[in-house]
Amino acid sequence: MNFIKTIEEKGIEVLSLITAVAIWQIVADKVVHDTFLLPSFYDVMRAFFTIVKSGLIFTDILTSLLHFSIGIVAAFIIGIPLGISMGWFKKANQAIDPIIEILRPIPPLAWIPFAIVWFGLTHQAAGFVIFIGMIFPIIINTYTGFKSVPKVYVEAAKVLGCTRNIDLIRFIAIPSAMPSIVSGIRVAMGVGWMCLVAAEMFGVSDRGLGYQIWHYYYLHRMDVVLVYMLILGFMGLLIDRFFRYYVDAKLLRWTSGTVV
Amino acid sequence: MGRVNVKNVSRIFTKKEDNGSMEALHQVSFDVEDGEFICLLGPSGCGKTTLLRIIAGLETQTSGEITLNGVPITGPDPKRGMVFQQYSLFPWRTVIDNITFGLEMQGISKTEARKQVEKYIDLVGLEQFKSSYPYELSGGMQQRAAIARALANEPEVLLMDEPFGALDAQTRNILQDELLKIWEQKHVTFLFVTHSVDEAVVLSDKIVVMTARPGRIKEIVKVDLPRPRSRTSHEVNLLRDRVLKLLEEERFHR
Repeated sequence: MNFIKTIEEKGIEVLSLITAVAIWQIVADKVVHDTFLLPSFYDVMRAFFTIVKSGLIFTDILTSLLHFSIGIVAAFIIGIPLGISMGWFKKANQAIDPIIEILRPIPPLAWIPFAIVWFGLTHQAAGFVIFIGMIFPIIINTYTGFKSVPKVYVEAAKVLGCTRNIDLIRFIAIPSAMPSIVSGIRVAMGVGWMCLVAAEMFGVSDRGLGYQIWHYYYLHRMDVVLVYMLILGFMGLLIDRFFRYYVDAKLLRWTSGTVV
Repeated sequence: MGRVNVKNVSRIFTKKEDNGSMEALHQVSFDVEDGEFICLLGPSGCGKTTLLRIIAGLETQTSGEITLNGVPITGPDPKRGMVFQQYSLFPWRTVIDNITFGLEMQGISKTEARKQVEKYIDLVGLEQFKSSYPYELSGGMQQRAAIARALANEPEVLLMDEPFGALDAQTRNILQDELLKIWEQKHVTFLFVTHSVDEAVVLSDKIVVMTARPGRIKEIVKVDLPRPRSRTSHEVNLLRDRVLKLLEEERFHR
């Protein structure tokens, strides 16, 4: 019964995907007739296997993941402690908030020239742009999460003998703020992924998925461009799914039912 | 040992907006003997919760002094356990991990703490639910767990701020009976804030009746009835009548 239900439900989704691909193939092949304007599904698959065979795709994925990791690790190390201190200590918030409010509206991509000047054409430069994109959602959600820790949990902890700030932060505020911190990280990963493409496109790197899109555009190989676009999409989806799975299973089991 | 002495305690709240001030408690004094069950009863807004929070160390009095076994109270301390009106279990910890929290704060390892709190889980009848998260429990079960969590620290005084206020009438009665059993088994002083005359009459050795704002002691009513008390016996009804009249006077005084 369940099995049939699954097929019925997923059937629509699969059918919809197949239809979309079919329409794409027909339009590209029979109507547009131009692989530069719109490469067909078949062209893209062929390009994909060529790239896989050459091994190029793996270096690009790894390079992009390296850039992404540099950005996310730096954003974690700096953003979470900043958000925590702003959320817990009023004075820290008063000191840091104005600076953040001025820096935050600057689009991350505007930092690209300085990224190149400061780090050269290195992985760190790309990582830096991603870091800028990721840090603000992380700071702000950590801060909001800390601000909305219910008072009764803090008081309950105090009467149970947990009175030092460091213990209250570790045992009460962080777990209580975790859903908010996690959703900040998810937003940040989306922004970071966008910044990754832009940073690699605009010359901060000479490898990576974003770089290749621009490179193959110059070569007028739009089928390969589309392959890299799809890879970016799938990678983003995969990272998000993986993150969500891990977080729901490990960190937020207690919220069950609440949507993060 | 849990002897509490409240001496001339006043609490004035200052309002920021208009530089005004509001007196919540005015020169409150009373003594609680070791192992007594005391209810603080009064009209809403009379400062009974404020008084309890000062005893817990979560707030400070403007003047006066409160001592526990002769030692002035300056801040929160595990010797004074508290059960709150709102559900206060940490939702990210399972029932057993909530109950071990106080012991973990004392530096006792998690496995050792789990062994030690086993008896408190039995005491409140939550054996089957010890690995559940708070969201999986009913309101009554959550308050049971909160009581066990407070008891696990082996406090000398247990402060309860309308702990059954959010529960339905039946659950409330059951929990009152269970609480009395716990009180009889453990040698702990109970200070219980309530606005329910029924609850005060069934539970306490003494009822501290407070006046409307600013809260003062109106009368301390001794309850000399044997336990278990019937909720509808003649003596209980007489007492309930007397306490209700005291509260009614407050309504007309305002």
